[in-house]
Amino acid sequence: MSQSLKPYLTAVRSSLTAAICLEDFSSQLVERHNRPEIEVDNTHNPELILNPMVIARNENEKILIEPSINSVRVSIKIKQADEIEQILVHKFTRFLTSRAENFFILRRVPIKGYDISFLITNFHTEQMLKDKLVDFIIEFMEDVDKEISEMKLFLNARARVIAEAYLTPFD
Amino acid sequence: MSSPIVYQLGNLPIKDHVFSPDHSLLAVTKDNTVEIYQVNQSNLGVKPKLFTTLAGHDKTVTSVDISFDGTRILTCSQDRNALVWEYDSAAGEYKPTLVLLRISRAATVCKWSPDGQKFAVGSSDRIIAVCYYEQENNWWVSKHLKKPLKSTITSLSWHHNGVLLASGSTDGHVRVFSAFIKGLDEKPEPTPWGSKLPFQTLCGDFINETGAWIHDVAFSPDGNSLAFVSHDSSVGIIYPDGEGLPPRSIINVKTNYLPFKTLVYLTNNKIVVGGHNCNLIVFEGDENDWKETRVIESQKDLTKETPAAGDDDEEEISSHQALNMFKQMDLKGRLNKPSPGGNGKVLSTTHQNTIASIREFSGNQVSTSGIDGKIVIFRV
Repeated sequence: MSQSLKPYLTAVRSSLTAAICLEDFSSQLVERHNRPEIEVDNTHNPELILNPMVIARNENEKILIEPSINSVRVSIKIKQADEIEQILVHKFTRFLTSRAENFFILRRVPIKGYDISFLITNFHTEQMLKDKLVDFIIEFMEDVDKEISEMKLFLNARARVIAEAYLTPFD
Repeated sequence: MSSPIVYQLGNLPIKDHVFSPDHSLLAVTKDNTVEIYQVNQSNLGVKPKLFTTLAGHDKTVTSVDISFDGTRILTCSQDRNALVWEYDSAAGEYKPTLVLLRISRAATVCKWSPDGQKFAVGSSDRIIAVCYYEQENNWWVSKHLKKPLKSTITSLSWHHNGVLLASGSTDGHVRVFSAFIKGLDEKPEPTPWGSKLPFQTLCGDFINETGAWIHDVAFSPDGNSLAFVSHDSSVGIIYPDGEGLPPRSIINVKTNYLPFKTLVYLTNNKIVVGGHNCNLIVFEGDENDWKETRVIESQKDLTKETPAAGDDDEEEISSHQALNMFKQMDLKGRLNKPSPGGNGKVLSTTHQNTIASIREFSGNQVSTSGIDGKIVIFRV
């Protein structure tokens, strides 16, 4: 783990633990509805939304935490240094979001400007332990960089092999 | 300190619970129903036996309360209704009576008045309905407290005189109203909150420094002060100075814990709070100052990463381990089973999830219910 990753993840962990303090909250606007307040157009009840928070490691890597009374939206921007990484991140997040129903807390569409979004509601915190949820997101952030750079290495190695295979002169 | 008594009643969240005054019955909310348990009064260590299930709501039950004499059970739910259940010994079951709440959003909290003549129901409709029994029609009718409520009512508390009603709401206000019903209530003795109290008199309106959501309010046993907990992890205590005057003192104790959800005003100088940090904290003090005196269970700081402790979850495999397992299969064609429970982490407190409600059990005991489906009786 590099020098600057540790404090970044520590800050994210503390902020997430504080943000995921959710309770069951039935809609004030619509009768018999119970929906994540952060996803509702909340011009009518702004008191239910807390201040959003951005934690950034650098301009390419940041996390946006938007808490409300019964839900938290966590959006992550994954490091993309070059075009290959951009393609890889895009494919990777698409792979995950198209299987969102198996991930429970994954949001199908990421927030604009971010690569992947999670939506944690009070129903998730009722079923799952909160610190495990936080662990999951932290682990995801730790692993995704590793994953992307690994894939990039694989890709480069493969490209080299292919290039060698095609470009060997005929005997 | 004796260890707490723990009842694990399933895994569904228990949003609210209440013991009957003689501790013979325990009512807990479970999803759309309320479960009534019979408690072994002579030996509390025995797990309570399920007696009956009250099924009358069609959405999550948010609150339950038992009247002072233990005969009536009041429930309210997100389906906009409240029901009063009375035991019918002929039929051997509880029978509900409908309450005409006249609200069009979820009912969030309900509380019997100390004399059991009426009750209050808070709602997301920005209304508190004060309900009383109408003999001729055999139903409960309500009068509304509306102004100046601007947001969902999260908590209610009755003054011991049965007239003053405190409420906390998500707009960060703590308000004290008069819920005097003509013809039902005796004219109350003057209190520091006010002396002339027609219905809907606003006797006090206080706002939290940070404007954070109020999660719970409670009058002190002598009724001369009011405590509240809010989402900024602080405990506030208000001492009024009489009608029309600013309060004599407002004390706000800030803490570093996760937000508190619920409190109980045990004696005039002692408050117990609990909430998202899954632990109980005792505050003691008086008009001049309040201090945090102790934490019931020793606990690790939740916001810090703790070294993974070995535990007994044999079945559970974290996503990371699963990923590694498949990677091994993919790359090397063989299966290395991950070491079980390497990443399992359990909280060091009795409750494993948010404490949703605290009630006074007896002089020095409180009972708590949690989202983890546990009822615990702590000695404090």
